Amino acid sequence: MKKIISLILLFIICLGIIFCLQKIPFGAAKTKVGNYYIDNGREETGAANIVTSVVLNYRGFDTLGEVTILFLAAMGLGTVLATLQKKDKRQIEQASLILKTGCRFLFPLILLFGAYIFFHGHLTPGGGFQGGAIIASAFLLVYLGCRGRKINETGSKLTESIGGLVFLIMGLIGLTLGGHYFLSNFIPKGEINTLFSAGIIPIIYIAIGLKVGSELTGIIDNLMEKS
Amino acid sequence: MIIIVSLLVVIMLTAAVSAIFFKDLLNAVIAACMVSLIASVLFYLLQAPDVAMAEASIGAALVAAIFIIAISKTKRHEE
Repeated sequence: MKKIISLILLFIICLGIIFCLQKIPFGAAKTKVGNYYIDNGREETGAANIVTSVVLNYRGFDTLGEVTILFLAAMGLGTVLATLQKKDKRQIEQASLILKTGCRFLFPLILLFGAYIFFHGHLTPGGGFQGGAIIASAFLLVYLGCRGRKINETGSKLTESIGGLVFLIMGLIGLTLGGHYFLSNFIPKGEINTLFSAGIIPIIYIAIGLKVGSELTGIIDNLMEKS
Repeated sequence: MIIIVSLLVVIMLTAAVSAIFFKDLLNAVIAACMVSLIASVLFYLLQAPDVAMAEASIGAALVAAIFIIAISKTKRHEE
């Protein structure tokens, strides 16, 4: 009996969703704002990558919210794990020589790749979040391969705070000097498709990359060492 | 193109369903990680390389690592 009732309910919900979705034209442009970005984004922001120009210029305030959410998640995890008692130390099993050497060889290359991705965020696909996650995966490799090595916690916290502060201060300077809105571009845009172009976008993406990288590394550090 | 995409979607659905039914949680994590990996390939094929990068680095690498750390601190098999 219960199953039949739940099946009928499921059927009614399915019908409702189908009727709702039929009203929406699939694949058709629903707003005009997307075409505006594609037509005018390059000239207005100076960034060759349109996704970056939307993420950091037209919708820069949303990015600040995303960064804040990540910060809160990392801080919450640290708070929860700080109350736990550390268990008795298990014997750390050292990895083999091949694994250790491989990790040491790959670590700087992965760091370089992550830095490349967020330095070139306004030219090629990618940006601060992606580059930061790649940097954190380099630290994860070191944590897994060379047990016993730790990051410098003060340095990582300092990097994180400086990244967040740079983002906020650039936004506030734009608010006062530039076009009367948060994160307006007050640095000359330069020539499109060169490394030093797009005004404040590269500076903010470098700040976001360092912040996200150190935050995710902190999460991994908390999970591996403190629990 | 459409054949490759539909093949990838079928593999992705199989991995997603098998992630639910695995009793060994390590296998389930690897199946969930496979879903993310194929999703990132699909994003790339549908011309969204920015999202593909984020999905591959966060969904496939970091989330799987965090789940595996959690499994190593708790139990491996579901009862």
